[in-house]
Amino acid sequence: MNIQNSIVVNNPSADVRSAGSDVRLRMEKVNLYYGDFHAVKDISLDIGDRSITAIIGPSGCGKSSMLRLFNRMNDLIPSARVEGLVEFDGVDVYQAGIDVVELRKRVGMVFQKPNPFPMSIYDNVCFGPKRHGIRNKRALDEIVEKSLIQAALWDEVKDKLDQSGLSISGGQQQRLCIARVLAVEPEVILMDEPCSALDPIATLKIEDLMRTLSANYTIVIVTHNMQQAARVSDMTAFLMVGEDRAGMLVEYGLTSEIFTNPKNRKTEDYITGRFG
Amino acid sequence: MRKNYERALKALQDEVLVMASMVEKSIMRSIEALKNRDLELARQIIADDEAINNKRFDIEEQCVELIATQQPMAVDLRIIIAILNMLVDLERIGDHSEGIAKITIMVGDEPPIKPLIDLPRMAEKACQMLREAMDAFIGRDVALAKKICDDDEEVDALYEQVFRELLIIMAENPKTIKRATRLIWVAHNLERSADRITNICERVVFIATGHMEDIGASKY
Repeated sequence: MNIQNSIVVNNPSADVRSAGSDVRLRMEKVNLYYGDFHAVKDISLDIGDRSITAIIGPSGCGKSSMLRLFNRMNDLIPSARVEGLVEFDGVDVYQAGIDVVELRKRVGMVFQKPNPFPMSIYDNVCFGPKRHGIRNKRALDEIVEKSLIQAALWDEVKDKLDQSGLSISGGQQQRLCIARVLAVEPEVILMDEPCSALDPIATLKIEDLMRTLSANYTIVIVTHNMQQAARVSDMTAFLMVGEDRAGMLVEYGLTSEIFTNPKNRKTEDYITGRFG
Repeated sequence: MRKNYERALKALQDEVLVMASMVEKSIMRSIEALKNRDLELARQIIADDEAINNKRFDIEEQCVELIATQQPMAVDLRIIIAILNMLVDLERIGDHSEGIAKITIMVGDEPPIKPLIDLPRMAEKACQMLREAMDAFIGRDVALAKKICDDDEEVDALYEQVFRELLIIMAENPKTIKRATRLIWVAHNLERSADRITNICERVVFIATGHMEDIGASKY
């Protein structure tokens, strides 16, 4: 898959590094500042294709900031400044000439609070595809059905597609938001605490959905819930605030290792609940 | 930060020590009963084994409850999983002692075929290994755990010696075969007990390092 052609619009000569075939996302010595505040410090990691990576750590350690680096959502904060390399399929996403809209289409995002648009379920799902120029009714119908099926929501809403996206339960709304992301056929889905506003049953449904989706998508999830990270992810990154209050990557490895035999004492203390 | 949880985890480990000391007592008393032909004591050991079995179930329940309610992770999880395995070995060592007590009852007042010297030494060595295994467990002491596994060779050597001696006695006087065979069973129970202590030591290494390895490959 060559994203060079699609997201780099103004700079065809941009240097494309060839990432290993299964590395989708990569950070190399990445630093993020909000004005004078050093939010994320020296983070380097590779995220593999079709895997689920969980980012865990105490509040304020830079988890969400780190997640937002992958699709440049931090650009929306005027004082934000990024150093280092953030790559998607070997392309530096912060280089000049990147089409950020295209990047965010391919690296979609689900937020903490379900945020359906105040419109029908149907229109919520086809909002993105319409924006990207799809007008054909039959094509849109197909996208809506396929996306809702993928988001494990179809059976619950197929008879009320014209009802408001805000009329369904919180868990259903979050799956609707996931369907909305899936409708634009992303490759990566970033999830920022997608279950923190949901009840346990809805949470388990989303987790189950993530597992299913990981067969086709690369998922990165920020979560406060360590059991969720343990249940759902393949890889876990543990972040912590250093002495200078900047968020640092303490340990990154297989989830099965991190939760049974972490290498770093700080990780051990955090996941056993002895600090944080 | 999680005071009640930490207390429960500590209490769990204390309970394992209590169970290990019950088992140690059972080993020593089983040999004492055999040596002194004390059938009363032998019957007591058999009855007391139930307390060991119950202790095992109690601790196992506590483990299950901690897992279900506290979702332990990392070293805490390893401690609990290790304990679940150690309980099986401790309980079986208790059964080996019970086995010796049953043999004592079978022997009854048959005349002895030889003075018991090496069997008590095997029992003492096994008890020492068990005490040290508990020290290694509490101290997360990998070096000590591995040393105990090496010590198992001493028990194996004593077992071999007892076996050889009894074979000679049987060869010289076939009338001793029944009595000598019973003593071989006793030696076998002690040898197995020591092997199970090396299993416990492997779990100690797992707690400390997160790795499962076969350290005490016994000769028998």
